Amino acid sequence: MLKVENLSVVLADGTPIVRDIEITIAAGQTIGLVGESGSGKSTIARALLGQTGAGVRIASGRVSVDGRELLSLSPADLRNACGRIIAYVPQDSGAALNPALTVGRQIIERLLIGPDRLDRAEAFRRVAEVLTTLGLPSDKQFLARRPGELSGGQLQRIGLAIAVVARPKVLILDEPTTALDTSTRGEVITMVRQLTQSMGAASLYVSHDLGLISAVADAVTVLYAGEIVETASAQRLFAQPAHPYTRALLEAVPQVRQKLPIKGIPGQVPDLDARLQGCSFADRCSAVQPKCRESKPALAQQATGRVRCFFPSAAPIRRPGDLGPETVGDHGIVYRVDDLAAGYPTAPRLLDGISLALRRGKCTALVGESGSGKSTLSRCLIGLQPITEGRMGFADAAQGAGLRDSRRMQYIFQDPSGSLNPRRKVGDSISLAARHFFPGEDPRPRVEAALARVDLSPAILGRFPSQLSGGQKQRVAIARALVAKPEVLLCDEITSALDVSVQASVLQTLKRLMDDGLSLLFVTHDLGVVRTIADEIIVLKQGRIVEQGPADQVFATPEHPYTRMLLDNVLELPAGVPA
Amino acid sequence: MRLLRNPSLVAGFVMVGGVVALAAMGPLLAPHSPSAIIDAPYMPTGPRTLLGSDNLGRDVLSRFLWGGANLVWMAFGATFIALTLGAAVGISAAYFKGWTDEVLMRVVDLKMAFPSLVFVLLFVTMLGTSLPLLVLLCGLSLMPGAARVLRGAALAVVDKDFVQWARSVELPAHRILFREILPNITSPLLVETGLRLMWSISLLAGLSYLGYGIQPPTSDWGLMIYENRNALRVQPLAVVCPILAIAVFAIGGNLIAEGFARAFRQTR
Amino acid sequence: MTSAAPQTGLAVRGKSVSWLGKRLAASLLTLVLITMLVFAATRLLPGDMALMILGKDATAESLAALRAQLHLEDPLWRQYTAWIAGVATGDLGYSVISRVEVAALLTPRLQATLSLIVLSLAVSVPLALVLGFATARREGSVGDKLVLFGSVAINALPEFVLGMLLVILLSTNIWHLFPAVSSLSPGQPVLHQLDKLVLPGLCLVLLQVTYLYRLVRAAVIDVMTSEYFHFARLKGLPEGLILRRHVLPNAIVPAVIAIGTIFAYSVGGMVVVETVFSYPGIGSALTQAVGTRDLPVVQAAVLIIAVIFLISNLVTDALAHSITPPGKGGQK
Repeated sequence: MLKVENLSVVLADGTPIVRDIEITIAAGQTIGLVGESGSGKSTIARALLGQTGAGVRIASGRVSVDGRELLSLSPADLRNACGRIIAYVPQDSGAALNPALTVGRQIIERLLIGPDRLDRAEAFRRVAEVLTTLGLPSDKQFLARRPGELSGGQLQRIGLAIAVVARPKVLILDEPTTALDTSTRGEVITMVRQLTQSMGAASLYVSHDLGLISAVADAVTVLYAGEIVETASAQRLFAQPAHPYTRALLEAVPQVRQKLPIKGIPGQVPDLDARLQGCSFADRCSAVQPKCRESKPALAQQATGRVRCFFPSAAPIRRPGDLGPETVGDHGIVYRVDDLAAGYPTAPRLLDGISLALRRGKCTALVGESGSGKSTLSRCLIGLQPITEGRMGFADAAQGAGLRDSRRMQYIFQDPSGSLNPRRKVGDSISLAARHFFPGEDPRPRVEAALARVDLSPAILGRFPSQLSGGQKQRVAIARALVAKPEVLLCDEITSALDVSVQASVLQTLKRLMDDGLSLLFVTHDLGVVRTIADEIIVLKQGRIVEQGPADQVFATPEHPYTRMLLDNVLELPAGVPA
Repeated sequence: MRLLRNPSLVAGFVMVGGVVALAAMGPLLAPHSPSAIIDAPYMPTGPRTLLGSDNLGRDVLSRFLWGGANLVWMAFGATFIALTLGAAVGISAAYFKGWTDEVLMRVVDLKMAFPSLVFVLLFVTMLGTSLPLLVLLCGLSLMPGAARVLRGAALAVVDKDFVQWARSVELPAHRILFREILPNITSPLLVETGLRLMWSISLLAGLSYLGYGIQPPTSDWGLMIYENRNALRVQPLAVVCPILAIAVFAIGGNLIAEGFARAFRQTR
Repeated sequence: MTSAAPQTGLAVRGKSVSWLGKRLAASLLTLVLITMLVFAATRLLPGDMALMILGKDATAESLAALRAQLHLEDPLWRQYTAWIAGVATGDLGYSVISRVEVAALLTPRLQATLSLIVLSLAVSVPLALVLGFATARREGSVGDKLVLFGSVAINALPEFVLGMLLVILLSTNIWHLFPAVSSLSPGQPVLHQLDKLVLPGLCLVLLQVTYLYRLVRAAVIDVMTSEYFHFARLKGLPEGLILRRHVLPNAIVPAVIAIGTIFAYSVGGMVVVETVFSYPGIGSALTQAVGTRDLPVVQAAVLIIAVIFLISNLVTDALAHSITPPGKGGQK
């Protein structure tokens, strides 16, 4: 079993990245390590194998496996422990596998070195056995492939195979399914469970995805700003979170089961050097007291687990009932797509027979996995991809209205760091759009009005995109779209690059814009987000619509097997107590 | 400024700046006319000639001080031509793609099939060696390399979402090219400036050295090396001084390129 | 990317064949354009070419003879096709100055140039690999910085300046080790006159190593900061094995790919280097012919150099295409 005590990792100047980490995992047990970006979870994962990035070092701590301390071992002994005693599954096997070597070589090489090396025949037998367990072929031809010739799901399984082939006692899984599609993700998770149970390994599953953790972990450790804020059994933690951060995080996760009001966490994670005084979460906490800012609470034993809070909650988490559909107001059709197709009739078409209508103040969600054509469709709508058949346009406009159309429908991109010109101050980016759409007018009032609608302070106008957080950048991108006075916003996976707490607050903003009469076409693969915000759903598969209807109806009685498959693969948080 | 803490960059600017100052101020400081014969050939340092005399008995110091007057400005001129055209060609090819890209890159490939010196020599054979022509030919022969690099840099930018956004709201193409894409390739552009400066002085001095550049009796560093190369043993200064000036300028250009490249890597 | 569709080996090979076909077609087109450009540069310019070559004192007969030799009275397209037909059959015409067949004049010159380049590459490539690996592993150390600065400096020097510096250092004032002038004795194989190759060879080696080693160094550093290098360490592999098996195959790729580039780059550099050392190669033949306006020689020499360049680039691209692992940023 694994026991981590007092582990701290610091920058070269001594600024801590993670502090006083304590984790205990019994053999056969899986612990989920949860945190948002910047919480230090990947740093911990690597530090457990004695590794750090450049300019970073392990300042203190013990990592012991079955009583044997690893971090004080000689480099050679630590190397022998890596892979054999404690093994690591990378986040993105596509990048972690050497592109020049065959996958067979990369799986087997660890078995052929070190004091307890195997002979080649035995090693090959072991490789074949592991590959079979993982549902991969184990013939020579497959082993001779290079990473570039395999799919994402296959690569991730190879990463897993490399980790488990030497039968380690401890398995560190660093977001091993984040890069995968929902359906592939399910298979890989099942395999991880089977493997860890059959090997009796103690495993640490690192992830930002709470739903996923609730499905794989026996116990959960929650990280915030480099510290553990709460540790409890999975059952307790999801039903009765004690730390305000855990509670807020759980409430920010959108649910598929029912339509809930959106609750984000205001503010952002403090910088590394601003974490030392008081509770790191104090600035964002809704129940903050003066004491929280004066001294740092210790990780103390509570009834439910261990909590770093002076005022832990003892109440179970409560979920209000389903909000149900909203019907008030004018929801006439604003924009219409009729029988649209893209790509040439020879070869499988990129898109075929797409018809949809967007209603005023409503959100239509476009759902599908990668390759389903959802991005192609949104690119068609803004003219970046030529259409070969069909019509699209505003309900009240004649065809081919030129600039008018490009003003009335605005596109917001998935990656906020890419959609703003990095060499231009964000204020200039927004006013460029204002001047483009309303030439000859003073852009300033328009810029300020747009900024207010997305809850940004004018202070950020003078900054460059690199000086903003992901959530702020996405708000700037929305503001830039709003200065055009659009009637339709096309949102392409706009929250998928954001942390769940930030995602929730961006969704809140979007909801308010809808109440002002804006129509949304929301492209996403995240069904929880769809449930939260969408009124209509369109399910896309291989360029065709397979299901289309009101959100409640599609969620309650999905008709197409593909839709059912998508819904079945959702990893949902355990239901809370009804309010 | 952060760039001031970049030693390569500072050294590069000091070196290039020093040679530019030498080329600009030299003629004002020269004790003699660069073409006046004032002594016997290949005389060592004497009372009238601080660095001795050259193959025709002219003052080495004066010829050295005059020797950069044309060369350095021509190098800057050729660099300017190469970069302006190269940026225009590279960015357009990357942005418009398709046929524009194909045709522009074919032209670039065509030029890339000739070493720069060979390309210039081919035209010099027929057109002679007037200075504006040399600048133009050098600029043209250094353009395709810049075009290729800048096209590569622009390709990484044109598919970025902020360019897609600009296209989706139908910003005019020239605005997208110069206001969205160009500012995002300034780093490779600066690197290329250093490199092209280095290459243009190499090329121009090399042409003079071969006798196909600046013509005698005008004083020029490349020409000085050629004229005095057989007297290395008796009058090494007439070769070493111009060699040093050219070397300092070229190394300076390379250091500027290196410095910008490093600054560029760090910010990414 | 992780979402890349699986490719079978067969599909990859099929793609390579069509890629090679396209690349060859493009090169062929470039070749045709090269011949046109070389021809145009020497024909489309104003003035009476015969007069220009022979000078004002030439007699009417000699002018007429030269016009006939160069087919100057024919329409341009016929001049071009006649020239191309000659080139295709190895008939490059006669030198206007020495009256010798251009092919006979340039063949030994080309051999001399190519042998020098090949010999220097045989020294430079292993040297650059060793130096690149050694400095990359000690990135940021004093030794690394010194070598880097040295290479930046040497790389910046014009070829003739580097050549002159070598002459000054090694064959005149400081040490007199090698002959400054490398006129080969005719009739003797180049390999029997190695001492005369030392200075121009050293000059080339310096030009090549300083460029190539930096590529290797950058590639090694690149690999050592890659995700898969870190993963190899997390797997518990010993340092030596990681370097041998994980770093070398990836870091050697740019070096191998660059050999074509280096070759082309050396051919360009040789034009001046040969003049500095009076080495009888194709480059010095070109520079002399430019001086005497010996058009057939200029045309032929430029064309030969351009073709070498073209082939080097083609080989470079083909190597890059075949070595780069599939699905990892290979050619589109």
